[in-house]
Amino acid sequence: MPDITRRHALGAAAALAATVGAPLTAAAADDHDSHQDHGGHDGHQGLQPFDEVYRGRRIQGHATEGGGHHHGAGYAVFVDGAELHVMRNADGSWISVVSHYSPVPTPRAAARAAVDELQGARLVPFN
Amino acid sequence: MTIRKNQATLTAEEKRRFVDALIALKRSGRYDEFVTTHNAFILGDTDNGERTGHRSPSFLPWHRRFLLEFERALQSVDSTVALPYWDWTADRTVRSSLWAPDFLGGTGRSRDGRVMDGPFAASTGNWPINVRIDGRTYLRRALGSAVRQLPTRAEVDSVLAMSTYDMAPWNSASDGFRNHLEGWRGVNLHNRVHVWVGGQMGTGVSPNDPVFWLHHAFVDRLWADWQRLHPNSPYVPAAGTPNVVDLNETMKPWDDTTPAALLDHTPHYTFDAA
Repeated sequence: MPDITRRHALGAAAALAATVGAPLTAAAADDHDSHQDHGGHDGHQGLQPFDEVYRGRRIQGHATEGGGHHHGAGYAVFVDGAELHVMRNADGSWISVVSHYSPVPTPRAAARAAVDELQGARLVPFN
Repeated sequence: MTIRKNQATLTAEEKRRFVDALIALKRSGRYDEFVTTHNAFILGDTDNGERTGHRSPSFLPWHRRFLLEFERALQSVDSTVALPYWDWTADRTVRSSLWAPDFLGGTGRSRDGRVMDGPFAASTGNWPINVRIDGRTYLRRALGSAVRQLPTRAEVDSVLAMSTYDMAPWNSASDGFRNHLEGWRGVNLHNRVHVWVGGQMGTGVSPNDPVFWLHHAFVDRLWADWQRLHPNSPYVPAAGTPNVVDLNETMKPWDDTTPAALLDHTPHYTFDAA
């Protein structure tokens, strides 16, 4: 768990982002997750939340308490407030329903790939 | 008897009948039920939980049954129709006859990925994308843009050479034939083809593109080829595996068939050539 120290440092921001839709303005939480998100098999505790505008779309991600519509993913991603179904692979990589056959390293990379693929279209909520 | 042929060998009449049957199924609403079912399994199959349609040993028998159901639906419209297969190791460019306007139509235009020709172009009014994950109601493709090359015959042969069907942990991390064919590991065959086509084919609602069936009919054929190469290699796991469909366990959503019952395709269809 190499990101323990970092998690503590970001504790306040993480707690804030754990509320769906809560704005997270601390840019510090966003910049380093490409390597931080490789949490191996230790669940989603090591994953950082993110909240940014990418190519004109607001993308957000944060850990969830489980249950709900997430099929056990334990992490939720949103594009302009609509949830993007994401899934973590056994090797720690991620996919989304928009880009299902092409794993990327982090949930934020999955959100960005979804924005690229959507070309401005809105997500339809999944059940 | 149903004979599944290489799409490159179809006559103009066979292409027309196949396309007409697809459009009839679309119009009746039955087509979209298949898209819905597929996406439900895409969303539900997880590496550490229950997994049936994908990222698991039953990827191959599940899709075999799924295609059988779809082929029977087509045959209820036109009994002469069989699913063709697309050998993407051979017909590997956007200039393949597969993508001609008299068959599946070509790639999407650059601005929005919209397919502009062929029977499934949105402008025909015959192919609304109803089961979707975003607001766009038109068929999209971006042939060869997200990944440049389709798998080669040599890459296919390297996977067909793997003698073990599947291995623990029976998911996207597995070694063995199934996961290399599915593409989560190694040279990447099946997954890469979805990405190469792009558009809806890259998403959980990939059966919105009719090429889905031709792609999976070839993946299914590769399973049959593998069986012939490895006659003594069984489907595994045999029994007692949590969250995974063992040889004699029934598969959702049908609950009336098992991998064991689907190992032999010949009661249902044969292929045009060895």
